[in-house]
Amino acid sequence: MNEKHSEIQEAEILVIGGGAAGLSAAAEAASAGAGVLVLESDLHLGGQLVKQTHKFFGSKDEYAGTRGFLIAGKLLEELSAYPDKVKTMTNTAAMGYYKNDGVVTAMRGEEEYFKLKPKRIVMATGAQERLIAFPNNDLPGVYGAGAVQTLMNVYGVSPGDRVLMVGAGNIGLIVSYQLIQAGVSVVGILEAMPNIGGYWVHAAKIRRLGVPILLRHTIRAALGSETVQGALVESLATGERFQLDCDIICMAVGLTPTAEMLWQAGCAMKYIPELCGHVPVRNKRQRTTHEDFWIAGDAAGIEEASAAMIEGRVAGLDAAASLGYSVDENRFDVFAERLNSLRRGDTAAKIRSGLEKVVAA
Amino acid sequence: MGTVSVFVDKAFKSGVLNGEQPGAVLPPDKLWESKKNGLVIIECPQRIPCNPCNTSCPAGAVKPFEDINDLPSVDYAKCTGCALCVATCPGLACFVVDLSFSNERALIKLPYEMLPLPDPGDEVECLDRVGEAVGPGRVEAVLEPLKDSTKVLVVSVKKNLILDVRAVRAVN
Amino acid sequence: MPLIDRHPVLSFKHGRKVEFTFDGKKMQGFEGEPIAMALHSEGVRIYRETPEMKRPRGFFCAIGKCSSCFMLVDDVPNVRTCVTPLREGMRVCTQRGKGAVLPMEGEQ
Repeated sequence: MNEKHSEIQEAEILVIGGGAAGLSAAAEAASAGAGVLVLESDLHLGGQLVKQTHKFFGSKDEYAGTRGFLIAGKLLEELSAYPDKVKTMTNTAAMGYYKNDGVVTAMRGEEEYFKLKPKRIVMATGAQERLIAFPNNDLPGVYGAGAVQTLMNVYGVSPGDRVLMVGAGNIGLIVSYQLIQAGVSVVGILEAMPNIGGYWVHAAKIRRLGVPILLRHTIRAALGSETVQGALVESLATGERFQLDCDIICMAVGLTPTAEMLWQAGCAMKYIPELCGHVPVRNKRQRTTHEDFWIAGDAAGIEEASAAMIEGRVAGLDAAASLGYSVDENRFDVFAERLNSLRRGDTAAKIRSGLEKVVAA
Repeated sequence: MGTVSVFVDKAFKSGVLNGEQPGAVLPPDKLWESKKNGLVIIECPQRIPCNPCNTSCPAGAVKPFEDINDLPSVDYAKCTGCALCVATCPGLACFVVDLSFSNERALIKLPYEMLPLPDPGDEVECLDRVGEAVGPGRVEAVLEPLKDSTKVLVVSVKKNLILDVRAVRAVN
Repeated sequence: MPLIDRHPVLSFKHGRKVEFTFDGKKMQGFEGEPIAMALHSEGVRIYRETPEMKRPRGFFCAIGKCSSCFMLVDDVPNVRTCVTPLREGMRVCTQRGKGAVLPMEGEQ
């Protein structure tokens, strides 16, 4: 290990993850006066926001009508008001938490390791993509939907010529639209369920561009030897199988929260299917059962970025308050009401039921 | 290898509107026929947390939401057909149809975020809700009301197509 | 696969164009962008071969989590190319097997 990194860096509030939730948490904590260090494993801040070309839903408070990648810029601008309070490190991943002394180990790049000793930690680590089992699902050309977005919307690299999308949740629907914007043809969207999972308007947007959504269909195999050359598809209603010609199979079959470090910290965790995986028990202010840890965004349960930003603010504000910084208590009520309104719709029924099981009174 | 064209599913649950329903109603015929500049049709039949159609409407025609998840509802007496909601709606669900354009043809103002961008005067292929070509249209104007990359294309089509055309494809 | 040169919403700002090699072959990419993206834009799809089954693996998660895009970069194995910035003159190679750990300086 490199000598210069053997000393332990201290931080008042460590925010792990520089996406929608993490940047919001950092902004809120800094506005209350707390010192914040944000670790981001990617090469740039902004998380999933930077890949979104569509305008956000919600109300003005959640930047409704603003495209996702521009919202990332707004959050960074907000952070830039606190240059003395907020420090950010990109290409840096938190690797582990040591319960006995509260040390966090981190890795910058591939070779550089160091230790941190924060007073409080906000986990805003987001999610990772799920994969489903089928022969050849490891073939180059079977890509995660988030990866396809990164390739085309962050770095401007066309992912392929003909894409088969697997999954008609919001991500599958949105990425299909984005592929067409990038000049890539989408041969179809497979959805095993009898209904689309994402917003109806997102589906309507791509249906009218001629992209078929095959409900009750699933992928049975990726075809090809070195790279993807097609897909074997099956109708779950009739059992009929047929081949589709494609060079990319884009997997949008769901996300699962990334919160491994909370297990290391000994937080009470629960498996909540509605929130898409194991998530920590938390109170209404996003604090977990370990008093130094807060949780926000997809790591707390898979939901929309609009909700992630508010959860981040709640967590950041409460973490700052716990350090003795004076905060306006009314803000918690405002944030709670905003979260409630986002969660009152038809598509949020799952979220409501999941949260009931995991939010302590 | 096979294609999927035979699998065109027009079901509502796959994102295709079938007729009128809450959150997707047509303007009253009488008012609509004579209204210069047209009236809005909002095709937003699912309760989701979203209100920019209301907050962006300068005429107060999209009625206030009690809950942000409410379906939009339009006071057609107030709608001016300005198409700001067409440009604003994150779901690209607003369309303005102007029946006063000529005897045979109506104008449809629809959102467009694709390439290539047609020019005024260009012919475009009009697409229905499942992307099938239903006839030619002529681009009368290309607007960008919010200067945010969402274009509003003003396309003239034969009047019998107004209930079907919801997108266009540039043909040049 | 080519770069996207026109987009209805986004404009791409790339950094300096630099040369690197892939399995000895000269390629170009943008400095500071992930190695995996440069390879993909040059048409490379296979990044490594698995140790046991010798199966091809490539780009997959793009967030440094899945290990699909591990490659040998400047003789260092298991480099997450999706989150490792490209530098001028980098020697990028298809990784076969697990990759050998280099001896430390002074070790034999």
